[in-house]
Amino acid sequence: MIFDKWIAAFTHEKLTCSACKKEFSVKELRKSHYICPECAKYMRIGGRERINQVVDKKSFEEFATGLSSVDFLEFPGYADKLTKAIDATGEDDAVICGHATVGGYPCAIFVMDSRFMMASMGSVVGEKITRTFEYATEHNIPVIGFTASGGARMQEGIISLMQMAKCSAAVKKHSTEGNLYITVLTDPTTGGVTASFAMQGDIILAEPNALVGFAGRRVVEQTTKSQLPDNFQSAEFILEHGFADAIVPREELNDTLATILKLHGKEQAAV
Amino acid sequence: MTPYEKLKLTRQNGRPTGIAFINGVIDDRVELHGDRRFAEDAAIISGIGSLDGMPVTYIAIEKGVDLATRMKTNFGCPKPEGYRKALRLMKQAEKFRRPVVCFVDTSGAYPGAEAEERGQGEAIAENIIEMLGLKTPTISVVIGEGGSGGALALCSSDRVYMMENAVYSVISPEGCASILWKDASRAEDAAQCLRITADDMKNFGVAETIIPENYEDFAATCAIIKKNLKDDLTMLLQKDDDTLLADRYARFRKFGIYEENGETKGTVSYTC
Repeated sequence: MIFDKWIAAFTHEKLTCSACKKEFSVKELRKSHYICPECAKYMRIGGRERINQVVDKKSFEEFATGLSSVDFLEFPGYADKLTKAIDATGEDDAVICGHATVGGYPCAIFVMDSRFMMASMGSVVGEKITRTFEYATEHNIPVIGFTASGGARMQEGIISLMQMAKCSAAVKKHSTEGNLYITVLTDPTTGGVTASFAMQGDIILAEPNALVGFAGRRVVEQTTKSQLPDNFQSAEFILEHGFADAIVPREELNDTLATILKLHGKEQAAV
Repeated sequence: MTPYEKLKLTRQNGRPTGIAFINGVIDDRVELHGDRRFAEDAAIISGIGSLDGMPVTYIAIEKGVDLATRMKTNFGCPKPEGYRKALRLMKQAEKFRRPVVCFVDTSGAYPGAEAEERGQGEAIAENIIEMLGLKTPTISVVIGEGGSGGALALCSSDRVYMMENAVYSVISPEGCASILWKDASRAEDAAQCLRITADDMKNFGVAETIIPENYEDFAATCAIIKKNLKDDLTMLLQKDDDTLLADRYARFRKFGIYEENGETKGTVSYTC
């Protein structure tokens, strides 16, 4: 079934740009890194597509597969939402993890997929990201993390909040052992993910125009009782305020990541 | 009391706030101000003192007791500088291997424009990760509302106590109801679904200890907190740094309920 989808993707599947509403073939969009050929809008990318764009060909090996969410609070509507998200994406949950090489350098990688319940973080997302850091710590390799999330998955109650601490503990261990962690903030990175591992990278990159913030815009507007500037909580806004290292255009991301990995190569350190 | 009634109780006039707990539990208090970066945040009251003779660093979120103090403390919603002040004091405590005691009572981190500009998300993220690596014992007491990331920023500790009627939640029931059902008035239902009470926290392993509340005799309540803190901290202080950190790692590593290849995994013996 996934193979069928893949064939379809290469032949006739079309996607519409959310900004200019023009339609493009997936083939065309792949060439343009999913930047709208018409209006230059950065379209959101599915997890597997992202991995294809970033890692060396055929180098990705997925791990922590076969994990799925449980509606342990019997939360109204959760089971339904999960089923729909699984059907729509073909994924088990909102993050894909594995190891790969980028520019020839080995790394562990996690990619959050906003198409799955806005990549909210429940037990599965937290567990998979934790395992990614544990794997990288064990193998002494860097982690590259693509963040995107609406925040904690409230349908899992307090356990979803605890995922922030669980992941952070794994980030800390990885860091204490002298390993590199690069985060790439993609649209949208908000809430509990911003307030944990998204902001814990040694190097924090962001995609142009990505929404990055803690509180939701509407909440901030209500609190502030005034209109917020258009660029509020954009990647450019957080760069200006000192909370990101750089904004990297999609077509340069692969090279930038490879260069950073190269500069942290263990061979280099040993010399 | 229903979960929502408990939440309302934590917001009620006259309920002891952070400062009352500090005064009731900590002696020899020297209050310390400021984050040394940007500003002082009155929503966080912190300093050094002693707990029955044991030097400790104390950090409390203060909601205020009347309109004037509530305005000053932003109704207990800390700004980034408040979290950074707390972190500064925690790092100072680590230097002297002095235990840290946090009293937590917030509906959440301040969601204003200036808080976003100054990196509210980064401030919370930094507190969580630094607390998890802090080489000194840490205990947090949720005294009223444990509101989301803004509470977790002071609760990534070796032990968490819940006051009997305190609540701890990933999102406010009002927020949850308005997102899920576009109807904030269904907060009562949301509070039920979210499982936010002290018993729930004990059940999930999020809290170790529930402190009974005695309204007639707040001093007696404080004495119970004091005894629990002293006993637990004495025990935690005996651990070497590696053990302390490994145990703290394990404390958080266990959280999660999920299915792996058809088998239900996760710590928790929790059933609804």
